[in-house]
Amino acid sequence: MQSFVQVQALKQSFPSPAGEGELVVFDDINFEITKGDFVCIIGHSGCGKTTILNVLAGLEEPTGGHAFIDGREISGPSLDRGVVFQAHALMPWMTVHANIAFAVRSKWPDWTRVQVDQHVQQFIDMVHLQGSENKKPSQLSGGMKQRVGIARAFAIQPKMLLLDEPFGALDALTRGNIQDELVTIVRQTKQTIFMITHDVDEAILLSDKIFLMSNGPRAKLAEIVTNPLPRDRTRATMHHDPKFYEVRNHLIDFLVHRSKTFAAA
Amino acid sequence: MLKSEKLRALILSLLILGVFLAAWQIGTMPFTSAQVVDDEYAKLVGAAASTGQKSAFPTPIDVGRKLVEQLSDPFYDKGPNDKGIGIQLAWSVGRVALGFGLAALVAVPLGFLIGMSRLVFQALDPFIQVLKPISPLAWMPLALFTLKDSGVSAIFVIFICSIWPMLINTAFGVASVRKEWIDVARTLEVRPLRKALLVILPAAAPTIMTGMRISIGIAWLVIVAAEMLVGGTGIGYFVWNEWNNLSIANILVAVFLIGVIGMLLDMCFARLQKAVTYRD
Repeated sequence: MQSFVQVQALKQSFPSPAGEGELVVFDDINFEITKGDFVCIIGHSGCGKTTILNVLAGLEEPTGGHAFIDGREISGPSLDRGVVFQAHALMPWMTVHANIAFAVRSKWPDWTRVQVDQHVQQFIDMVHLQGSENKKPSQLSGGMKQRVGIARAFAIQPKMLLLDEPFGALDALTRGNIQDELVTIVRQTKQTIFMITHDVDEAILLSDKIFLMSNGPRAKLAEIVTNPLPRDRTRATMHHDPKFYEVRNHLIDFLVHRSKTFAAA
Repeated sequence: MLKSEKLRALILSLLILGVFLAAWQIGTMPFTSAQVVDDEYAKLVGAAASTGQKSAFPTPIDVGRKLVEQLSDPFYDKGPNDKGIGIQLAWSVGRVALGFGLAALVAVPLGFLIGMSRLVFQALDPFIQVLKPISPLAWMPLALFTLKDSGVSAIFVIFICSIWPMLINTAFGVASVRKEWIDVARTLEVRPLRKALLVILPAAAPTIMTGMRISIGIAWLVIVAAEMLVGGTGIGYFVWNEWNNLSIANILVAVFLIGVIGMLLDMCFARLQKAVTYRD
């Protein structure tokens, strides 16, 4: 199957502050993502995960290498690639409804008000925020704000979704609930998703493939782990699957030991 | 607790007012009739004032009486030099509205441009820094010479003095819009005009409104000074005229009303500012 996203020899570096040479965040990053896949990328802070996400989103340009989506080179942000930012990034002067409608109107400027409202309501329902349509972000809890961010990204029905640690700022209980919601949504919409996370269990629950980054500087994509668990796994029962602890231990071993000492073969 | 605090503040305010009025009354009571004053001063203010009689600095009661007199018929019109205080104030407010309005029309779009383009900012900054500190009274002669009409000159002077806070605040507000909101607009492929109106403007609005609030205060200050210089109809001219008539009581009435109008203008803009503020 022709891969949907291709990244070749991606490199990000900055001129060294001391003036001698450059500070390489990561280099020689190569990977492919198949359409409909859910990919999680895990790594320690400073390995450049957010930069890779920003390059895929078109918000940043890499120092070297190329990224392609659907056969075309990525050269700027696009409605094809929806982004859920780490800190929700909702417009505080707009209501929940208006925030999502803003995105919907950006994608379909010719729609009538009724069409926009219907579409927006669909996605408000999807994230279980009925009743909060007319609230401003400052009146919402952290979890609710993040849900609006997710609804906004899904509402434009992009080819690919990029999530930058979307649940990092939430408490464990809220996180669990939203993870379950995301599983359901993703199974329905079958979107291609690239997500950054620090939570190993989250990665095992949500993703089909897990990218492991070694530590920066000069970080590399050390390993791509295919999730052995069946597709109908749930958060409540997956830890009973025998393969769960196998893959979990593997991931944690990598993060604790091997990510430091990893060197490209 | 809040109610009792407000009540206590009100009582304290009234107390301070009472003490002030009492001190004023005592200070201006006409029981010193044998005052020795400088000859020059006597020539300047006339015999009556220099002998410390009743027509020297008015008592609060005198001023109160004058205030009631002016406010009881504020809109009378007995000719170009004798109009009611209501008409004078209306003319001044009208000039301020025109000068401020024009300044806003220039300051906001220009401020947007400066805020969004580093090149434009660096190019215009030296001009702004040099023009900003120039006093309105210094602009007056230039305006009168080139524009000739005194009314237009007054409006120009308001324009050139009240534009700076709005311009600078708009530029600052636009430049400080949070990057994540801009990134959201980028990922949604929002076109520049829509981005400017729906993202940047609401984001910068509180800062812009603050600039406007400062500017209206400056405009009101300037109009009184400008009108003293150019004459015509207006509260500044009224003050100057009453100074020529040596009617200190009228001057005090005018001063008080200038303060009240200034406060009302500020309150209007404070309310507008509240309307565009958002909690982040």
